[in-house]
Amino acid sequence: MAQLKKITEISFEQLQEIVVVLKNVSDYDLSGYTRSSLKRRVERILNLEQMDIVDLKNALINTEGFKQYFVEEVTVNVTAMFRDPAFFNKLATDIIPYLQTFPRLKAWCAGCSTGEEVYSIAILLQENKLYERTFIYGTDVNSKVLEIARRGIYPLSKLKEYTDNFNTYNSKESLSTYYTAGYDGAIINHDVRQNILFSTHNLATDHVFNEFHLILCRNVLIYFDMELQERVINLFYESLALFGFLCLGTKETILRQPVLDNFKVIDKELNIYQKIR
Amino acid sequence: MKPTAPLLVAIGGSAGAYELVVAILENLPTHFDAAIVIVLHRNSKYETRIESSLSDRFGREIRAIRDKMPILTNEIYFAPPGYHTLVEPDFIFSLDVSDPVQYSRPSIDVFFESVADVYQDRCVALLLSGANKDGANGFRALIRHGASCYVQQPGEALISTMPQAGLDVHSKVVPWNHQEIINFFRNNLKTETHEND
Repeated sequence: MAQLKKITEISFEQLQEIVVVLKNVSDYDLSGYTRSSLKRRVERILNLEQMDIVDLKNALINTEGFKQYFVEEVTVNVTAMFRDPAFFNKLATDIIPYLQTFPRLKAWCAGCSTGEEVYSIAILLQENKLYERTFIYGTDVNSKVLEIARRGIYPLSKLKEYTDNFNTYNSKESLSTYYTAGYDGAIINHDVRQNILFSTHNLATDHVFNEFHLILCRNVLIYFDMELQERVINLFYESLALFGFLCLGTKETILRQPVLDNFKVIDKELNIYQKIR
Repeated sequence: MKPTAPLLVAIGGSAGAYELVVAILENLPTHFDAAIVIVLHRNSKYETRIESSLSDRFGREIRAIRDKMPILTNEIYFAPPGYHTLVEPDFIFSLDVSDPVQYSRPSIDVFFESVADVYQDRCVALLLSGANKDGANGFRALIRHGASCYVQQPGEALISTMPQAGLDVHSKVVPWNHQEIINFFRNNLKTETHEND
């Protein structure tokens, strides 16, 4: 069967060469990223740009702005409001009552991409009358997605899915209470946006920057190998206040990490943990 | 690094494939020297309980893949809905939530392509009934790496689109009827026999 264009494939050795080149010319270190997934993303860029591996290395070294573009394209930026409604249910029923005992709350959404989860948490806290004493940091390695997060404007086409998620989580209210719809987009309302700061932070290389009562990092660790996962979990441990909560994606796990001893497993399926020592 | 499973048997399917998957599992020997990985299209909105109900039925653990789970011999795995499943060079699974491929996540193509990279000719792949062409591109990669590719005979499939697309990829792709599929799983994966076709 004839194919219209040849699909570019690279080997794991060539992938490693790209990782080394990028590390040499920038602050980006992808060496702890999951190999197969990263390889697929790099091949995707090669196909998009109609490049081979030599062109790619050349562009990374010599083309102004390409490194940034490469990192933006190579990282996965898929998110949604109230993704995994069961998780938000659990948060509302089991975690919120605990958070209510803290006089002030700081939350960190690590790897927040375009910000939907940050706003979901803000809405959840607002519903539970906790948002006024909360500050949420949304961080990502990719500054381009953070611009979208700051704008807080999402296409109406996506709002349907978000509304479905929201209704599964909580059918009493309507998600539309929290946004204002225009012709082709919806903007998150000001009162939801007020206590949020979006900023770049690289989980692979950056350090603790504050202390938090709630850390969400869902479907980010899947892109990291076990070694980098351990680094990041330790970073979260150090960033958590005592009795603070760590929430990971539903298919991720820290059950094989040594630091687990310092956590109580709140929900094994939904991957919610509490720092207890 | 050596894989813990000497052979990876990759099964892809969509609409109309589930019953045959159950029949395959029913006919497996108690011990088999392979990891069996099943990627079915299913809706992530409804967290199905396929794994636990099949575990109960067959009295052995059937695993829903989680991130970085090791790929072991004599084990049966299902790809979770809503994620792409890939395999890593150090013979563990990894998950990915990048965009659906051919409207599918899990994508059989994504899984097969990464299996081809890592297991190369130590893989047997099988495409079952389904209403789209997911898996065909994966077959191309697998054939290039020397893996053995089979499809459920399109005439026997509830929906023939998927196995037919797989069959059209290359003359090396072999169609199997129901009995041939069952025989393979019943007889060819036993611990003592090391058949390389």
